[in-house]
Amino acid sequence: MSERTIRGKTAIVGIGETTYYKHGQTPDPEFKMGLEAVLLAAEDAGIDVREIDGFASYSNERSTPERIATALGIPHYGFSNMFWGGGGGGGSGAVANAAAAVAAGYAEVVVAYRSLAQGQFSRFGQGAQTSHVTGEMAFSAPYGLMSPAQRFAMRVQRFMHDHGVKQEALRAISLTSYAHAQNNPRAVMHGRDLTNEIYDNSRWIVEPFHLFDCCMENDGAAAVIVTSVERARTLKQKPAYILAAAQGSFLRQGSWAHNAPDYATSNFKTVAPKLFEMAGIGPKDVDVLQSYENFTGCVLISMVEHGFCEPDECNDFFTIENFRAPDGILPLNTSGGNLAECYMHGLELITEAVRQIRGTSPNQVSDVEISMVTSGPMVQPVSSMILATEPV
Amino acid sequence: MTTEQQNALPHGLPIPAPSVDGLGAEFWDATRRHELLVQRCNDCRNWQWGPEHICHHCHSWDLAYEPVEPTGAIYSWERVWHPVHPALVNALPYMVVLVELPQAGNVRMVGNLVGQDPEIPIEIGQNVEAVFEDHDEDGKGYTLVQWMLSEKV
Repeated sequence: MSERTIRGKTAIVGIGETTYYKHGQTPDPEFKMGLEAVLLAAEDAGIDVREIDGFASYSNERSTPERIATALGIPHYGFSNMFWGGGGGGGSGAVANAAAAVAAGYAEVVVAYRSLAQGQFSRFGQGAQTSHVTGEMAFSAPYGLMSPAQRFAMRVQRFMHDHGVKQEALRAISLTSYAHAQNNPRAVMHGRDLTNEIYDNSRWIVEPFHLFDCCMENDGAAAVIVTSVERARTLKQKPAYILAAAQGSFLRQGSWAHNAPDYATSNFKTVAPKLFEMAGIGPKDVDVLQSYENFTGCVLISMVEHGFCEPDECNDFFTIENFRAPDGILPLNTSGGNLAECYMHGLELITEAVRQIRGTSPNQVSDVEISMVTSGPMVQPVSSMILATEPV
Repeated sequence: MTTEQQNALPHGLPIPAPSVDGLGAEFWDATRRHELLVQRCNDCRNWQWGPEHICHHCHSWDLAYEPVEPTGAIYSWERVWHPVHPALVNALPYMVVLVELPQAGNVRMVGNLVGQDPEIPIEIGQNVEAVFEDHDEDGKGYTLVQWMLSEKV
């Protein structure tokens, strides 16, 4: 039996993004933005959009493959896939599922995409507005613990307690994203730089998260095109080869009653080792990282669980100097990320990881060979992915 | 009967109810009697929370609820400053605690910390005891399990 892996078999060959807006400010319907992103990604790849024969998304994407394929007159598709779970846990996972479909022969050209106009539907940042609550949510919502920020702050607080992590470590993550956004004209927070003083004086959302520790809510859409290595070599863009991807969850992390035995975790403890095992590299080989910021504390734990730093060394490692492109030891969220570019549920982190491979980032790191993405810490399941300039 | 002023949070938040398949009913019924129950496996004696149809440890279907001493220790906490529900707009800040119950296999329960100003600092590991907070505003009453700092261990 041959080795079971997607390592080096596929590449991201096209990226497409609409204009990014503050939530509620897009002039376009969500579905229309989704179409635009798919068309832009195909155009970027130099592929006729009618060649797309597979679709992958996550977080209960509302722009469904059957509607997109119908709207675009796509003659056939052989793969359509939804990564279960909420938030951005499936960002890398959707790309990985696209890659798996290509590797398995279900499809040749798969688009992984996300379209989002939270102002036109319900918003993630709001609690349940129902009269009654049942199941495991009944054990938290009546106590005012309802939103993602509130669910995850409880875990982050425990991690910070266990490892003596200071607020400044979280602040460094936020300031890094805002600093990088200042070089990115597409970023919603372009022109709105953040300082230590502004961060420190900003209101608490839920301790230990200040306002600037929390992702934005935005409107827009983004898409990436995945195809085989063989096809990628014939196309116009420099391929971003998918070296490895991993997804999953571990023991009872899905307990909404906050009873996972290992509680103060980003949920990457079993996923990260599989990622690096498939890639055949280690965290020290990563040149640039896009790490999903739902909340800064979750970035911190996911980076620890991917082996970039020991849990008890966070106060030394999490500094803006270490994370600033181009010369930091691990440039982080180089487009501005979910905090300052756009909260496209992390698909915008994947397009940025591709730009770093191509050499076209607004905060380009020099000589990038390995460009990594982590998606959706603390949800269930999570995923992460490693892109490379060479397929092996 | 508890008055509105003594409740940790204002009326109007979602009211807890058992699942349509019945899970949770015994727990919520017991809170009306000011008893704290935790689900336990009759076969392997594993404790688990929240309630489920099967024991996650040995996969037995033979589960029961056992009364436990309503005390614990703060496992984590958060002070909430931003309202995510209209009922909370005038209730800020408020304190949510995650309480570990050593006498019940270290299961954890979420509640509000009551009995003191929410802006007073607290520490992970501090001991707490349950305060049963009765609500009868909606005709069909329910009781929340809240927590206050305690000298009991």
